[in-house]
Amino acid sequence: MKTTDDRPKIDRRSFLAGGTAAMGAIAAGVTGASAGFIEDLLHKNFKEISPDRMQRIVREMEQEYTEKYGKNVTVSTKGAQQGVLFGYGLDLSRCIGCRRCVYGCVNENNQSRDPQIHWIRVLEMDKSKGINLEESNPYYNPETVPEEDSFYMPVACQQCRNAPCIKVCPVEATWQEADGIVVVDYDHCIGCRCCMSACPYGARHFNWAEPELAAESVNPDMHYLGNRPRPNGVVEKCTFCIQRVRNGKYPACVEICPVGARKFGNLLDEADEMRVLMRKKRVFVLKEDLNTQPKFYYFYAT
Amino acid sequence: MNIKKIWEFLIGSFRLTLKGNWAYHSWMAFLAVLMVSGGFAYWRQFTEGLIVTNMRDQVSWAFYIGNFTFLVGVAAAAVLLVIPAYVYNWKPIREIAIFGELLAISAIVMCLLFVTVDIGQPSRALELLPFIGSLNVPSSLLGWDVLVLNGYLVLNAMIVGHFLYKAYFKKPYNKNFVVPLLLFSIPAAISIHTVTAFVYNGMAARPFWNASILAPRFIASALCSGPAIMLILFQILRKTTHIRIRKEAISKIAELMAYAMFLNLFLFGVEIFKEYYSNTSHLVHTKYLYTGLHGHTALVPFAWISLIFSVVAFMLFLVPKTRMNMVTLNLGCILIYAGVYIEKGLALVIPGMTPDTLGEIYEYIPTWIEIRVGAGIFAIGFMVFTLLCKVAIPLLHDTLADPVAPGA
Ligand code: SF4
Ligand code: SF4
Repeated sequence: MKTTDDRPKIDRRSFLAGGTAAMGAIAAGVTGASAGFIEDLLHKNFKEISPDRMQRIVREMEQEYTEKYGKNVTVSTKGAQQGVLFGYGLDLSRCIGCRRCVYGCVNENNQSRDPQIHWIRVLEMDKSKGINLEESNPYYNPETVPEEDSFYMPVACQQCRNAPCIKVCPVEATWQEADGIVVVDYDHCIGCRCCMSACPYGARHFNWAEPELAAESVNPDMHYLGNRPRPNGVVEKCTFCIQRVRNGKYPACVEICPVGARKFGNLLDEADEMRVLMRKKRVFVLKEDLNTQPKFYYFYAT
Repeated sequence: MNIKKIWEFLIGSFRLTLKGNWAYHSWMAFLAVLMVSGGFAYWRQFTEGLIVTNMRDQVSWAFYIGNFTFLVGVAAAAVLLVIPAYVYNWKPIREIAIFGELLAISAIVMCLLFVTVDIGQPSRALELLPFIGSLNVPSSLLGWDVLVLNGYLVLNAMIVGHFLYKAYFKKPYNKNFVVPLLLFSIPAAISIHTVTAFVYNGMAARPFWNASILAPRFIASALCSGPAIMLILFQILRKTTHIRIRKEAISKIAELMAYAMFLNLFLFGVEIFKEYYSNTSHLVHTKYLYTGLHGHTALVPFAWISLIFSVVAFMLFLVPKTRMNMVTLNLGCILIYAGVYIEKGLALVIPGMTPDTLGEIYEYIPTWIEIRVGAGIFAIGFMVFTLLCKVAIPLLHDTLADPVAPGA
């Protein structure tokens, strides 16, 4: 039924390839490729696609992107590691509101430059009012930061354990991986934006137009569920830099932060810096009353 | 029932839609113009993306979903005819109950279209089909909504199809087949409301929607707006065709509407009390709607117009004298229709998202593209309704002109 989506070339190609192969299969009795053909017809989401077919899809995807951007693009499908649950820490007393993380994220994760999509939103807050979202300002733009009377609160996906965005999706296009990262399958999302209504942190962003991504600024190290280019009309969000953290690196925002306000690690490992931080400091989460149980902790180190 | 006969019925019905006077043809031409304009507007949206609307990340559902919500209410209002007609067996309404079903079919068609134009990847809409796609039930309320809406559409299409098919061959309708379906359409109508309300209601991130009163308010307001359209349509049908709609039927419907209006206003008051008296940070959404927030007042005039219209209409329907008088009755219907359209179409979805979850105020007003697409969908709905009436009225002429229903 379902063969069209936003990789028209790929799908048509694999459809044709599958089709010819299926005919071949009838003649020669080869069964592998005809199974692929059937899977093409019944569109499956990432979790359900067989390894063989996944390999084919990824190969075609890499070819397409390599041609399109003139760079050697790799698309990883690396899964979660056992015994890992990623968590994030953000030190509000250190953050100076410079927004380097915002643009570091854009570069790392191939966000659309026009219309602009930012997975991280830094909110300027008035020190005399404390944390107050209603009074916050995401569009602050002084000559220099930080300003005397303000402090800054960066917000991105809180990677909720009990994520309201997942349960509302009518087509199971978004889910939580075993290492706790909430991901979206851009080839499955129908763009209904239910998840955007459900997310209490404004963490989900929609591609209102065909995303613009210049070849020279593309990051070629991609993950299927992370920073590969998105089509028009689907939702995207922070993935803790899935393409980096599953390879033992820090998320881009952690590395780029000039004041070391951002911490990251494995919540299941007692010795990990996140766990140490949580033992030594006092952490809190945003909107704890909603029982979303974020894995994104704020704290004040000083 | 065999294929040949069904074919004959379809061809015959099609022929019926071709005949018509000058007014009929110009009405259809007018609708066609709106449809073409909507089609072009949608084409732009389809090629350029939803960027041609004024929805953005902050207000990510708006005009389309608002219209959808309003029309679910209209669709379900057929029950207000079905209950007196078939549960209480009240003849004056039973004669005309079929129009409720025709209206329901047209409204559901519009609902499904509004959802379709709202999604970013319409080519993947088939994913929403049960079994074939990957419909996420029981977890997703929108998934449920797709199921119950389609179910309700099929149910009404079966009822109407049966009535018309039998009438076409001048046979009495099969009571054992159609009456259970009619009775089943009562809980089905309540369910499409409730599930649609739950789509919003279930979102704890949006305190304006996350109130248990939402589903009851949906039902109450739908029982006002749906019959309001129906009463206006009855007047038009009475003028333009030979069908007979008894005055007692109309005033009975009007009386039921008065109760529904009361309930709607009462529930509204309850909500306003809770919001303003407790005065928590969640009040911002209600404030944005009724008084504006930090100078953003786009919805304020609409909110007050809606409230004033609803109160005036309630008065008109409450007093028997104005309820019986056709002029004030029609006025009341128009006021209710406009009031509920604003309430569900604008004042539910948009303030729920303004300010957004991080406190930002993005003031949404629809673009012309959105309005043209919306008008196009309404034109499709009206055309479906007109065509269905065009077939139903001559076929059911005996029933409609004579109080004794066939087979009754
Ligand atoms: S922050 Fe929003 S997008 Fe991220 S997991 Fe929680 S609900 Fe989902
Ligand atoms: S926008 Fe996509 S991911 Fe979000 S709920 Fe709809 S289909 Fe699911």
